[in-house]
This record gives sequence, C-alpha cells and structure tokens, in this order.
Amino acid sequence: MSASEVQTFTPREFHRQAHDALGNPQIRANFRKAMDGLMAKRRDVFSDWDLETLRELGANIRLRALAKLPDLLERLEANCQANGIQVHWAENGDEACRIIREICQRHGAKAVIKGKSMVSEEMHLNAHLEEAGIEALESDLGEYLVQLNEQTPSHIIMPAIHLNTDEISEIMHTRTGTERTRDVDTMTAAARAQLRERFMAADVGISGVNFAVAETGTLCLVENEGNGRMTTAVPPVHIAVTGIEKVVEHLRDVPPLYALLTRSATGQHVTTYFNMISSPRKPGEHDGPNEVHLVLVDSGRSSIYQDDELLDTLRCIRCGACMNHCPVYTRVGGHTYGTTYPGPIGSILMPHMMGLEATKDLPTASSLCGACGEVCPVKIPIPDLLVRLRREAVGEGRGNVPGAGVKRTKKEVAAWKGFQWLATHPGVWRSSTAIAGKLQALMPSKLGPWTEYRTAPKPAKVSLHALVKQHKAKRHQADKADESGEKRS
Amino acid sequence: MTPVKLYPPKPEKVYFFGTCLIDLFYPEAGMDGIRLLEREGIEVVYPQAQTCCGQPAYTSGYHDEARAVAAAQLDLFPEPWPIVVPSGSCGGMMRTHYPQLFAGTEHEARANEVAGRIYELTEFLLHVCQLRLEDRGQPEKVAMHTSCSARREMGLGETGPALLARMGQVELVEQARATECCGFGGTFAVRHPEVSAAMVEDKTQAIEATGARRFVTSDCGCLMNIAGRFEHQGKAVSGEHIASYLWRRTS
Amino acid sequence: MSARDNILKRLRERTDGPLTAPQSDFAVVSGRGWSQQERLARFERWITSVHGEVIHTSRDDWTRALAELLETKGIRRLALGREHPVAAEARAALAEGDVSLVDADRDIETWRHEQFHDTDAGLTSTRGAIAETGSLWLWPTPDEPRLLSLVPPIHIAVLDVDTIEDTFFDVVEAHGWAGGMPTNALLISGPSKTADIEQTLAYGVHGPRELVVLLRHAEERP
Repeated sequence: MSASEVQTFTPREFHRQAHDALGNPQIRANFRKAMDGLMAKRRDVFSDWDLETLRELGANIRLRALAKLPDLLERLEANCQANGIQVHWAENGDEACRIIREICQRHGAKAVIKGKSMVSEEMHLNAHLEEAGIEALESDLGEYLVQLNEQTPSHIIMPAIHLNTDEISEIMHTRTGTERTRDVDTMTAAARAQLRERFMAADVGISGVNFAVAETGTLCLVENEGNGRMTTAVPPVHIAVTGIEKVVEHLRDVPPLYALLTRSATGQHVTTYFNMISSPRKPGEHDGPNEVHLVLVDSGRSSIYQDDELLDTLRCIRCGACMNHCPVYTRVGGHTYGTTYPGPIGSILMPHMMGLEATKDLPTASSLCGACGEVCPVKIPIPDLLVRLRREAVGEGRGNVPGAGVKRTKKEVAAWKGFQWLATHPGVWRSSTAIAGKLQALMPSKLGPWTEYRTAPKPAKVSLHALVKQHKAKRHQADKADESGEKRS
Repeated sequence: MTPVKLYPPKPEKVYFFGTCLIDLFYPEAGMDGIRLLEREGIEVVYPQAQTCCGQPAYTSGYHDEARAVAAAQLDLFPEPWPIVVPSGSCGGMMRTHYPQLFAGTEHEARANEVAGRIYELTEFLLHVCQLRLEDRGQPEKVAMHTSCSARREMGLGETGPALLARMGQVELVEQARATECCGFGGTFAVRHPEVSAAMVEDKTQAIEATGARRFVTSDCGCLMNIAGRFEHQGKAVSGEHIASYLWRRTS
Repeated sequence: MSARDNILKRLRERTDGPLTAPQSDFAVVSGRGWSQQERLARFERWITSVHGEVIHTSRDDWTRALAELLETKGIRRLALGREHPVAAEARAALAEGDVSLVDADRDIETWRHEQFHDTDAGLTSTRGAIAETGSLWLWPTPDEPRLLSLVPPIHIAVLDVDTIEDTFFDVVEAHGWAGGMPTNALLISGPSKTADIEQTLAYGVHGPRELVVLLRHAEERP
C-alpha cells in the first residue's frame, strides 16, 4: 500500500474488505506474525498464575462496578470535583466532541496533543477538532504512524500492527522526511524528536482512561511509551475522555484489573507506566496541567446496560486479547471490520453503537470457536453474545438492539421453519435421510462456496438410523440363535 | 481450568445420540462408536426418533426453531442412563446450551436433567469406560484435530489424545497451532466462505507439515471441512472420526 | 434534562431491574509471603527484564555510586530536587564536582526548553517498589515534580531495599492510598518503550531511554 492512498473501511463492506485482506499476502503475514507472538507472550506471562482465580476476580470487580454504576458515576463525579477535576457528561459522541471543542476554544487552543484513546476514535474527535481549526496530533507511536498514513487503528492496543517495518519507513519518509531505514531505533528516535516539539507546543492534551476510581476520583492510564504521561502533564489543560462503564468502585479494585490488562493485552507482566491522576496542579506544585477535565460518554452504553445478558459487554477492559486470539481477525486484520473496535469485542459492541443494519455481517464473522471467551480477562461470554446478536438480527431476540430484525427474510425463515418441521417429524426425517443417500449420484457436485475450496460431502447410502436397525436385528437374531441352541442342547 | 468432573462408574446401558451429520454423512463413525461401547459390555440404546440437536438453528439465531427441535429430543431419554454423543459440537449444544435455551420454559427442569447426562464419546470412553485398547494396526503417525466445541465448550482438549496414547503403534504428532479453529463453524463456512477457506487452508497445511498421512477428529463438521479441503487439493492425507480409527485398529 | 440526568436516569431505571453486586476476594493478588531476599531477587529480575538497570549500593555510600554513574554515562547536567534527603545528599556530594545541578523545583513554564533539551538526567527518590512486577512507586512532589522522571533521557531512581513490598495490591492497602491520593501517583517499570514498529522493542520513544535504580542496602550490622 502506498502512503498516499487513503483507505476507508465500513462494516457494510465486510465481505469485500475481507476478500481484499485475504488476498493481500503482506497483511496476512503481518497479522499472523504479530498474533502468534502475542499469543505466545500471553501464555508465558500467565504461566505461574492462578489465572482462573484472577479472571474470576476481574469479572467480579467489573460486575460489582456495573451493579452500582449510577451510584459510582455520581461518586466519581463528586470526588473528582472535590479534587478540582471538572466533570462533563455526554449522551453521544457528537456531544462529547462539542464539549471538548468548547474547552479547547475557551483556551484559544490551536494545537492538541493526544494520548491513545479509543473512545475519541469512536466519536471521530480528530476530524471534529480539525473542522474547528484545531490540529489534533496523535502521540502514541502507533497512532502517530496510522495518522501519518491517513488510516485508522487496526487494533485497539497496537494501532499500527497492520504495517511492517518497510511500510513504516516509507510512511515516515514520505510524511516527515525521515531518512529511509530498517533500523527501528532510528525511526523511533526520529519520532521522539518530532513529537517532543509538539508536546511542548500543545495547548491541550487529550487522553483516554483505563480505570476511573470512584472512591478517590482518580483517573488511571496504562502505557509503555510515556506519551500518556506527557499528554497529561505537559500541556496546560488535560481533557480525559472515557465511556461511562470504565468506572471501578475502589482503589483496591485496580491492581487485579491492571494485572489482567497488561498480561492479556501484550503479554507484559507490567507496563512501563501506570499513571494515576487525581487532580490538576495544586498551589505550590511546579508542573502538570492547571485544568483537568473528565468527559463521560454514554454513546449507547446505557442502552446495553438495560439487558442482563448484553450487560456483560460492558465488563470489557479493552485489552484486545480477544482479537489476538481470534482466527478470523488474524486472517482479515482489523480494518476489514470497518469499525472503531475490531475483532470479537467489536462484533458484540459495534452493533449497539452503529445499529445492526450497518454491522449485520459482524456477529456472523465468527466460527464460534470460543478462543475469545477463553482468554477474556473478565470472562465476557463473547460467543454467547455473538449468538444473541445473531438472534436480534433475525428478529428472534428481545428487539432491544438498534436494527433488530434487519436480517429477517422470508426465504431464510422458511428454510429454518422447514428444518424445524423436518427435525420434529422423525419418520419423515428418517425417510428423507434415506432418500438423500439413495439420490447421492444426483447431488450437485458444486454446493456454492463450500465446493470452491473443498469437495462436497456425499450423503451415505445408508443412514445411521438404518444401520443401527440392521445391527440390532442381527444381534437379536444372534441372541435368538444362541437361545435356541441352548434349548436344543 | 475446567472444573474437575466426577464421572460415574461404567453403566449397563447408555443412550446414543448419533447427530445429524453422522446420520447423513458418516454413519459408519456412529456405528464404530456404538461398537466400541458394546465391546465394553454396555448396551447401547439408539432412540430411532432422534433427529438433530438443533444447533444449526441455534447458532444462526433462530432460537424458536432450535427450541422446537431440541424439545423433540428431550423426550428420547426417559431412563437415567448416560447419553453419549460422538461430537463435541452437538454434545456442547446439549450440555451447555439446552439449559440456556429452555431457561424459564416448561421444559427447563428436563433440559437441565438431560444436559447433566450428556457425555462426548471420547470423554465417556476415557473417563467412564477407562477404555483399554489393543492396537493391531501398523505403526503410523497420526495428527488429531480436536474440535473447538470439544476443547473449549466441553473442556475436552485432552481426551482424544489420551485415547490415542493408549494405542501402542500410533505416534500422535502435534500440528502447529493445534488449538486453532479449522474454520468450519457450521453456517460460518457458508456465510463467510472465504475466511473459512483461509482457515481450513492453514489447518490442512499445518497437518500436512507434520508428515502424518492421516488425521483424526472427534467432530464430523471438522472432518468434512478438513478432509474436504485435502481431497479438493488431491492431497494424500485422509481423515477419519476417532471412533472409526480406534475401532478399525483394535477389532 | 441534562445529559447527566438522562444517563443516570436510564441507568437507574434499568429494564431488567436492579443488579446485585458480588463480593470480591482479593487473595489472589496478595499474601505472597516472600522473604526480604526473595522480594529483592524478584524485583531485580523483573525490572532488569524490562531494561531497567540496577546498581547495588549502601545508604552510606550511595552518592559515590551516583557520582560514578554520572561519570560513566557522561551526564553533565543533572536535574534534581532540593529538600528530599536523596536530593539534599546528592547536592552535597556533587557540589564540588563538575556536573551541573539543575533545580527541578521550579515552575515548568520557566524552564521547559531547558528541561526538554538541555538536561541529561533526572534524579528522584522513590517511595518504594513492588517485587512482583519490578515496579518503582513514586508520588511526585513540588520538590520532585512529575516531569523529572519523564522528560530527561535518563532517569536515576534511588530505592531503599527495605521499602520493596510484594504486590501492587499490598502497597495500595498497606499505605492507605485510598485515604489520600496525591495529584499524581506513578508506577514506573523500566524505561520508556514501544513495540509499535513490527513488534520490535525500542527504548526511549517519549520518556527516558534509560532507567537506573540505585538500590540502597542498609548498613551492614556488626
């Protein structure tokens, strides 16, 4: 791919995008290599842990936070305010963008530096700010590269995972004039130099939040690079933006979640920085922002919250392990999904944010192999939720997901009704399986997409039902013969 | 990981739920499963009214239809005997999803009771029958693909390999990324054929790279997928249900 | 109604009714029961595994180790605090040398360029460390502000062996963090790093390229 080519992706085009990605050996190799490494690292880093007990605790902490969510949000707000952090609430992304833009404008901001925030991606904050004449620059190296390449992140933790060293070298060369090199240290040093100037010049820093602690009014940020610390400490104003579900009750809830997050995400036993912010600069302190704002965004989360089953979606701590272990994500990459959050978590989250009409191919883009649910650090039953959204899409759920019923077609309903009728009429079932066997010579050798890659399965001449009958009859006869033999003797 | 399950002593009788794929495409695998059980002195009862567990409709989101089909199976197992299923996928459906599917309905109690009696075949042979196997076949390498439902939904990643380990002449070789899905996924293979094809292609390459000329699996969906891919390419690797493999080499 | 009221109302009037909050058992993140020796070994193993450098020294002699370190690394300009004993002792020991001591207890606005461009290293104290993850914990103060451990290319942290505890959870609990959080609390485990270029680790992407821990052992008892 060339650096000048602007690519746009949409969940509506999942099939076409998957086709393109599957046919792109570079994309395939980049993801395979990255995912293999991440899976191995995660396995190693948990090897001396009682992982099940830790996951149980993680799930339990998140569930407790959700059980008390409205109270905890109020408590978070009160404690943040007591600490001097200004709290804002937004019903949706547009509202959040407006709030953030107004804060920037109040400070006459021209340049914003950003730490990694998927919630800001969700609401297309950069584009919004740019329309208002405010430049928003990503500072996480991966995000920076993706932004230079006019793309969106392809992974929630490793945004530039779809790019390899050569591609990155080319992007940095074209966009920043950095000399072409395969040396990662050289490229990293170049980015450091480019971004340091921008940190110093930034009027506002915008970050996400990993955990917001209600008890203390503390915002926790997890990172390796230090750009998060820079973003939240160098510019005079810091705006943190996060989804309303990110709150936890107590400070002591944080260590287990942090332990799960880093190990699940990148197989690290810890990240370089764990940054806990509880207030703006206090009198007498010499650095840090003079203002800290927290923007709490709903964007469909309170709707997910209504339903006991869907609620589990909100436990997510955004580690990305589900995508790292997903055989579909590994094959097609993150952009194919065309959504802010790709992979399994995206497929159960994005339908609520974008509606099932736009995202109808996502819940089915899973073989339900269960790898995502198996590794989820907070035990979200992702496969069950995928099935639930399939139900909603075909109009057999509770009808409480936007676009419910969008995939219901007369043809498909008739097919499943037919299946139901057949499978609840055993006599007919038996004769039809027998017929299928007898007519196998007449079966088409092409069964649509299946046979493009595989030979068609051939119905057996005799079904298991019939074989068992014959088998039993033989045994019965043998028994009888034995009996009569006994009688004769 | 999986909670320790307490297995009952070997019963006199079991029910056998053959699954629709086996019924239609691989009936000999079903028969071999039955023969293995009978050889252990167990009487195998095969309810002739059985059809399908309902999983295809269930995973497609058609839960009303799935429930109707599943309800028709619930009546087939009146005696308290174990129900043996030669498939992790159908077994997982019946053990894990029947209780969910019937929660809050009139069939709830029965669904839970039936779910509690479901055993996947290799699980039953290993843990309940404590199966001994006298391998009469030629020495050979074999690869195994354990289905994702057996591995993750039922927690049975080790039962198939453990049975193969009891075969004196068989060397079980492990393919790269053995735990990764083969790409079948029921209707997934039809709805996302290209992604599914990429997955099965990788799976066949991994199996072929082990040098084994044969692979076994405990699920006929995976078998149909992987063997179908090998055959389509004209590769000399053939697949078999593990029940058939065990029966063929020990009878 | 405001967005706040709308959101809270929706959450409170939940369709499926109120939820029950489970109790949590934190045993899995506590109770390691490591000896001082084990704690030290683990701390050192983990922090060096992420590229942190550990220099063993003693309470009495540590400034000599510091001077040697500055010499070895070619550090000419060292930023540091003033009041904390670590800063005070370092200042006293380095007063005569040719390393320039840069005052960190100044409003950043007055020396940002200097900090970003003309400071070779930052020296900080630490409040303690975590054995399980090889992490230092710092609560920046007016004397040792938060950027001191971030902006200069080398971060030198002084840690006393007897302040290493088992787990993060233990630290939070034992020191009553929830009772009063500072403006900024930090865990630092190694120098700044990234793997965003094809999974290849590179250090010093935004923060320090090097983290050196001067690990102070108590004086040997007779």
